[in-house]
Amino acid sequence: MTAPAATDDELGTFLETVFRTYHYDFRRYAAASLKRRLAVALTQFGEPSLPALAARVEHDGAAFTRLLRFLTVQVSDLFRDPSYFRAIRETVVPYLGTYPSLKVWVAGCATGEEAYSLAILLAEEGLLDRTLIYATDIHPESLRTAAEGIYDASRFARFSANYMAAGGKGSLSDYYMAHYSSALFDRRLRKAILFSDHSLATDSAFAEVQLVSCRNVLIYFDRPLQDRAVGVLRDALCHRGFLGLGNKESLRLTAHAAEFRELVSEERIYQRL
Amino acid sequence: MAALPADCAVSLALVIHLPATRPSRLAEVLGARCALPVREIEDKEPVVPGVVFVAPPGYHALVERGRTFALSMDDLVHFSRPAIDVLFESAAEAYGDRLGGVILSGANADGARGLAAIARGGGVCVVQAADTALARDMPQAAIAATPGARVLSVEDMATWLGAVARDRGRVPT
Repeated sequence: MTAPAATDDELGTFLETVFRTYHYDFRRYAAASLKRRLAVALTQFGEPSLPALAARVEHDGAAFTRLLRFLTVQVSDLFRDPSYFRAIRETVVPYLGTYPSLKVWVAGCATGEEAYSLAILLAEEGLLDRTLIYATDIHPESLRTAAEGIYDASRFARFSANYMAAGGKGSLSDYYMAHYSSALFDRRLRKAILFSDHSLATDSAFAEVQLVSCRNVLIYFDRPLQDRAVGVLRDALCHRGFLGLGNKESLRLTAHAAEFRELVSEERIYQRL
Repeated sequence: MAALPADCAVSLALVIHLPATRPSRLAEVLGARCALPVREIEDKEPVVPGVVFVAPPGYHALVERGRTFALSMDDLVHFSRPAIDVLFESAAEAYGDRLGGVILSGANADGARGLAAIARGGGVCVVQAADTALARDMPQAAIAATPGARVLSVEDMATWLGAVARDRGRVPT
């Protein structure tokens, strides 16, 4: 099924080529899973080795766009890990309600499901009208999908179950219009979210926000890049701002552990000190 | 696992195919029967002896060269995340011949590629005797991919694992 494993040197050279040519920096991504994804890419591209793949994408931007899909992991769900959203609702929202205007950053938003989840949650808590949600990713195709707000209708049974488990106050169908096999999220939600390109590997903080949600993004980074990324998230947070991570991620092993306190430790929700 | 001594000298990681739809009680259930602490792997934590690390449902667990764990949400492998192949193949690269792989009962071919990778790296391979397994597909696929693997009943495997754990990873003959 997959091509032979790449050597560390081949991987390093390949990632240098990608960085030099396209300014996408995967050099500090966690190597073990990146190698697996590249092995799948080799099969899909019909290339025998990473040097061969590098030679191909170096002069072919369209091929690189296709390759991006293999370099990053773009999976998401509406209200994925419902208990996380319940904790945001119960523990973080009461603080958020005290701000006259709110900014929220979903870092690594993939195809946008998490941003829409937070928009729905904030709408139900009466906060959406004074909130701007920044949702960022490095993957242009995903950002386009996210901004359209159109999803396969077959996913909505699971989305709806998650929404209920997350403490949803109405019915998920209040927030979208189904049309044949797809569903479009409300304009009210879409206009509260600004989708844009941002890399935690190369860019810096761009706004001051009260809440950052960055879940299952850091797991793809090595430790030094995790430190850099968490530094960027911290810089974006206001004093006493909130940071939510994925449920197997933690600040414990990063350089920034002492700059946060655990607010809801089982949901990996932190507060900046 | 009950045969593992509290002063276990080897590092242990475990993958079980479980649905990701709810939090797993696996660590709790296993912990009650094991002298060692049992817990779910957290991203980037070092692989250390004396703990039974369990891959969390919904994530692949991998070992990096620097001998830390890494998690990913890459595509399912053999309809499963976590998948045994993913853990074994990455661990084979990180540990080479300082590694043992054990395949137990299971309903698909996951683990066969991974066990073969461990064998290629010079590691030790053990497979549960298929006629003692609840589901035979997994041990049978593993044996087909690694014919040199040692085949043991679950009881003999417990004895064997206990001996490995006590003897700093030296494999008893």
